[in-house]
Amino acid sequence: MSGIVGGVRAPRGTAGRLEEVAAEGRAALIGYLPVGYPSVEGTVQAATALVETGVDIIELGLPYTDPVMDGPVIQRAVEHSLAAGTRVRDVVTAVEAVAALGVPVLVMTYWNPVLRYGVEAFARDLAAAGGAGLITADLIPDEAGEWISAADAHDLDKVFLVAPSSTPERLRLTAAASRGFVYAASTMGVTGIRAEVGSKAEELVAATRAAGAEHVCVGLGVSTSAQAAQVARYADGVIVGSAFVRPLLGDAPWEDRLENLRAVARDLAEGVRTARAPESASGQVTA
Amino acid sequence: MPDASSSLQNQQGPYFGDFGGRFVPEALIAALDELESEYRKAVDDPTFQQELARLHREYTGRPNPLTEVPRFAEHAGGARVFLKREDLNHTGSHKINNVLGQALLVKRMGKKRVIAETGAGQHGVATATAAALMDLECVVYMGEEDTERQALNVARMRLLGATVVPVTIGSRTLKDAINEALRDWVANVDTTHYLLGTVTGPHPFPEMVRDFHRIIGEEARAQILDRIGRLPDALAACVGGGSNAMGLFNAFLDDQDVALYGFEAGGEGVPTGRHAARFSGGAPGVLHGARSYLMQDEDGQTLPSHSISAGLDYPSVGPAHSWLHDLGRATYEPVTDVEAMEAFRLLCRTEGIIPAIESAHALAGALRIGREARAAGKEDTVILVNLSGRGDKDVATAARWFDLIDADTVVDGEGSSL
Repeated sequence: MSGIVGGVRAPRGTAGRLEEVAAEGRAALIGYLPVGYPSVEGTVQAATALVETGVDIIELGLPYTDPVMDGPVIQRAVEHSLAAGTRVRDVVTAVEAVAALGVPVLVMTYWNPVLRYGVEAFARDLAAAGGAGLITADLIPDEAGEWISAADAHDLDKVFLVAPSSTPERLRLTAAASRGFVYAASTMGVTGIRAEVGSKAEELVAATRAAGAEHVCVGLGVSTSAQAAQVARYADGVIVGSAFVRPLLGDAPWEDRLENLRAVARDLAEGVRTARAPESASGQVTA
Repeated sequence: MPDASSSLQNQQGPYFGDFGGRFVPEALIAALDELESEYRKAVDDPTFQQELARLHREYTGRPNPLTEVPRFAEHAGGARVFLKREDLNHTGSHKINNVLGQALLVKRMGKKRVIAETGAGQHGVATATAAALMDLECVVYMGEEDTERQALNVARMRLLGATVVPVTIGSRTLKDAINEALRDWVANVDTTHYLLGTVTGPHPFPEMVRDFHRIIGEEARAQILDRIGRLPDALAACVGGGSNAMGLFNAFLDDQDVALYGFEAGGEGVPTGRHAARFSGGAPGVLHGARSYLMQDEDGQTLPSHSISAGLDYPSVGPAHSWLHDLGRATYEPVTDVEAMEAFRLLCRTEGIIPAIESAHALAGALRIGREARAAGKEDTVILVNLSGRGDKDVATAARWFDLIDADTVVDGEGSSL
């Protein structure tokens, strides 16, 4: 499912990509972009810029009217995207275009748009577009029976979240239900740019692995190279959202905004690549 | 009393039929579990129940009366109409019932800070009141549009020591205030309780908030039996999130001969799209933690709701109402802004009671039920209406609607002369 096939990496399969990256002795860099900001085409261009500057996995956000897990930067981008008329089918289009670059593409979504589309139909169309799976912000495994069946039927990744408040029992439940990786929220809060990555993140990653997760990636509040490097020492992947969205906001010429995005991405990509250099690659923890 | 096993009254979450659940970020699950556990312990704790009963009696002023309104009823096809007077509670609406219960739970859990959302401001005022009484820090999220149309309640909350945060994103109404409260809660859940104001949200809120309001129906059922020696033919309540309706309905759910009517905000009319009639214009979906009827577009994006009453201006509804709707146990109908305001004026003029515009939707519904009963040849129809709140907060809106402010007394824009 992963690996180099005819010179192009097979796009599907997040775990495969994480394992390739681990073989390089580093953590993966996962970049989030909300589809439709500033346009669907712009999202594909921004994702291309991220992939070219060393982002390993792309997370495309399905814009939703009530994003309760998102802070102001992503809220603003999403509000703009919806006002511009972005549709769910545009997300599928963007997935197809970005997957063609040879990276795994996950869709980050709140649950109602998928429910409305039809869970089985969404899984079918996402798989057909070459998408890797879903990150479900407000769907816990307890409520996910229909999604789990559809994902399994279409060979899709199911990325559920854990938080510093999750009990050991819930970590086990979530690890067992997930495929691809488990998304560890670094802190109690919403997406955004923070001065520090939550101190509980490392502990949470260890506990999630102990609960049976094969791969654990950390998100929420990672925005600088130093933060990425810090997280990359203990996690399989570093998820960056708001820090990639912020350079795209504003009225500057689009090419300048893309250039600013590349600069941020290069910096973060270096962070995950140098994190474990002083020690050895064997410092990596496996489950 | 009906057999408990077949009773609709004691349905426990997380599901009410196909509705309810917990569609929230994992980060909140531990807090919801703690809340459920603490709630179940409190239900069985006589100390908790005695303290809540004392507050109802000595602070809220319960039991509030059941008032027959014969002059109003002359317009209702000759039916007898009784009002359950939640408007006479301290703080002016039914909201205080739930707030006192949850605030006592907050004390038990040892948390020091409460947050709340509010639409009309009634729940925010009630929460600010309980926070002052019980020495809790209080932050209320309120859509910017609602802070403008309910400015008086913003001032009341601030007088009571609460911080009111206007929410400027999205549609700037109740749904966006809930989004913002949920974001705050995720970040501060260790110290903070989200004092949710209605029978929506993730489990255990729909069940717990219903239980804190069931006193409305229990009192009303005993009062009407005492007054007329039989149960009413129909109940009427307005339904935004649905807490006052659920509080009234619950005690009658197992009385199959009592028809239950919930009146939603029909706004400018369901065909215009500018309404909050979830059962007429919505379909099942997930919002704010629960699966229920929801106003949404074909992509599952939440549609903006509209109502002259901020308290009914919400695109979803408590999951237990969706359950009662699909069971056929309750009937939900839209009432337009125009119909509600006609009933509002009628109650003012015939009975000397100024209702909340939310409650005026239930009054308009009662007029409709009475007239339809008469048209169907039914005699002696008895309708029990939940007068869920008083209209003091709505005086400015009503004055504009009825053009009651003399142009030369208006100094600088709306409300400044009042």
